[in-house]
Amino acid sequence: MKPANTMLSGAEIFFECLREEKVEFIFGYPGGATLKIYEKLHDIDFLQHILSRHEQGATHMAEGYAKATGKVGVVLVTSGPGATNTVTGIADAYMDSVPLVVFTGQVPTALIGNDAFQEADIVGITRPITKHNFLVRDVRELAATIKKAFYIASSGRPGPVVVDLPKDMLNSSCMYQPPEDFSIPGYKPNYSGHPNQIKKAASILADARRPLLYVGGGVIMSGATAELRELAEKNNLPITMTLQGLGAFPGQSEQSLGMLGMHGTYVANQAVNNCDVLLALGARFDDRVTGKISAFAPDAYKIHVDIDPTAIDKNIIVDIPIVGDAKRVIAELSRAMHKTPRVNEWWQQLNGWRAECPLSYDMDSSGLKTEYVLETLSDLTRGEAVVVSDVGQHQMWVAQYYKFNHPRSHLSSGGLGTMGFSVPAAIGAAFAVKDRPVISINGDGGFQMNIQELVTARAYKLPIIFIIINNSFLGMVRQWQELFHDEKYSFTDLRDSNPDFVKVARAFGLPAYTTDRADEVEGLLKNALNHRQGPVLLEFKVVKEDMVFPMVPTGASISDMIVKRLNPQRMV
Amino acid sequence: MKHIISIHVANTFGAFDRVATMFSAKGFNIHSISIGETEIKDISRMTIVTSGDGQIIDQIVKQLHRLIDTIKVVDLTEHDHLERELALIAVNYKKGQLDEVKNICDIFRGFVVDINNKSVTLEITGPPAKISAALNVLAPFGIKEIARSGTIAIRRGEQVSYPKQEVA
Repeated sequence: MKPANTMLSGAEIFFECLREEKVEFIFGYPGGATLKIYEKLHDIDFLQHILSRHEQGATHMAEGYAKATGKVGVVLVTSGPGATNTVTGIADAYMDSVPLVVFTGQVPTALIGNDAFQEADIVGITRPITKHNFLVRDVRELAATIKKAFYIASSGRPGPVVVDLPKDMLNSSCMYQPPEDFSIPGYKPNYSGHPNQIKKAASILADARRPLLYVGGGVIMSGATAELRELAEKNNLPITMTLQGLGAFPGQSEQSLGMLGMHGTYVANQAVNNCDVLLALGARFDDRVTGKISAFAPDAYKIHVDIDPTAIDKNIIVDIPIVGDAKRVIAELSRAMHKTPRVNEWWQQLNGWRAECPLSYDMDSSGLKTEYVLETLSDLTRGEAVVVSDVGQHQMWVAQYYKFNHPRSHLSSGGLGTMGFSVPAAIGAAFAVKDRPVISINGDGGFQMNIQELVTARAYKLPIIFIIINNSFLGMVRQWQELFHDEKYSFTDLRDSNPDFVKVARAFGLPAYTTDRADEVEGLLKNALNHRQGPVLLEFKVVKEDMVFPMVPTGASISDMIVKRLNPQRMV
Repeated sequence: MKHIISIHVANTFGAFDRVATMFSAKGFNIHSISIGETEIKDISRMTIVTSGDGQIIDQIVKQLHRLIDTIKVVDLTEHDHLERELALIAVNYKKGQLDEVKNICDIFRGFVVDINNKSVTLEITGPPAKISAALNVLAPFGIKEIARSGTIAIRRGEQVSYPKQEVA
């Protein structure tokens, strides 16, 4: 530690601040505007800099790290294109409330606005996709700004914060003193819910006959899984989870109804449709969850717990809003429950729906089924792996078929739906997760969007299993084309253009295997799980025209759910 | 329905932009927007006139609160308040019309602030409806140019208060 009250350069202050914040990893890519930081980085040993191969990759790595650990993910890129390349990752983090601090280089203060080389107004560009952002205009403000950035990113509803660092801020010096208290007068997240609202909610819940817990990512972020289990198990409450909520409650448990919404289970959606009290915990009534708003939980008394007041009454008007941290509020709710609700009849009904229409797929002669691959993976890893899915059909199948035991184990781009998320996010997660397998699951389309990061995985010898579910189509778009766009398979057919993924992976230095046979799936997965000395790639060539069911079409109500393909023999 | 929202923001780089960006990003309307200094150093006051149903106004207020730089947000429409707008109106006049223009200006308790041999510039203040009424009456003379300040507003009686700076 440098003594207080010494003259330090901006670049040195930068590292002092990162030390204060106990940063372990920076995911970054050097460039002209950040040279000074990289010069100092050479002598820094308290953190590790991870070199991505594209700044978008670095941003998703930081997201993967943050989602897997709950800590702030740190990104460092240069000005101009370095900064603009982070935009997708920042928008992704904003939508999924991922705590990131993204440091962007900037041209020297005197050149800002002059269309200087590699200049981009990244503060302006990222304003609507950050929780907050800063342009440092005085080196004496640098330390306090970085401290505020970490505080804002990680407190309340987490989110990305951009700190733009003009080159002269890093080169010039000032007296450095570690910042202590700081003031953000307009920012005070509310952690404890209103006691009367909680009391009211507890009594409504205790009197419910058909209660349902609707659990989102907020429960995982606040570390409320133990509190959730206590509330649910003591009162025998059924639970449905959103895509981001998966892992908040053990997927194997009888009390879990699985995911709800567009590709949710039949029982979860029927439960929403018929419940009399809906307790939403850290979830935001996203359109992929609700479908047609007026038909969503139409008879239910709605209680909504969220730390972000804007989430309340945004999409659905609720009866009892509780602004607060899920962990505290759920614990208070448990304490305030004076009796347990009578739910035996409700469970009979729920189990009836579960039996009536379970998740299922046919193992027929048409070829390898994605569902089979994922179910096998779930069984082999006993729900213990960290599974990082990309975006599309395979993502929904992961959500349906992988039974997550733990929070922070299902990492996925939910809100923004960013194809290309999985490969780098799995890399970021693998730096933090050492005791469990990290598995990146991709479609053949999304895999090509950040394919360059395979080399990052190899360079750091990360034991990640990269899986490609290859149907040679942009499968989810193809599914919509088949169902809603008159079977016009416009630009979703990759059969003639996909590369040989095994050769590509081997060129990056990864062992790689492919199969289209169900009887080889288990063996390949087992071998890959035992391969701990570096990344490995498995390609599963699956049935090309399979669709994800059940499905509630956009804007439809749950009663319009499509449960099965009408003409299963259809070929494209 | 029209709502007047008063926002105290920290006078930081980009604070105004953040508010404006939020309105456009969320698809909310802005009828007028004005910003100026307050009695407290480093705190500015914005007055935004917007419109929407109850749910939208509720979201606007919450989204404004959510911005890190906003310190206090008040929907003045819910309170007894004063609202004013200032307009500078350049009106053409022909020979013999000047008295008539000046007369109208007096009726609206305005001032003549500039004159040349073709046009006269009037300063009129009041609630926006009064300005609109003046403009209607002046229109037949030919309005050369208008500059309006946008609405500013303040609560009557008890002062709007905001928290002292606290350590987070």
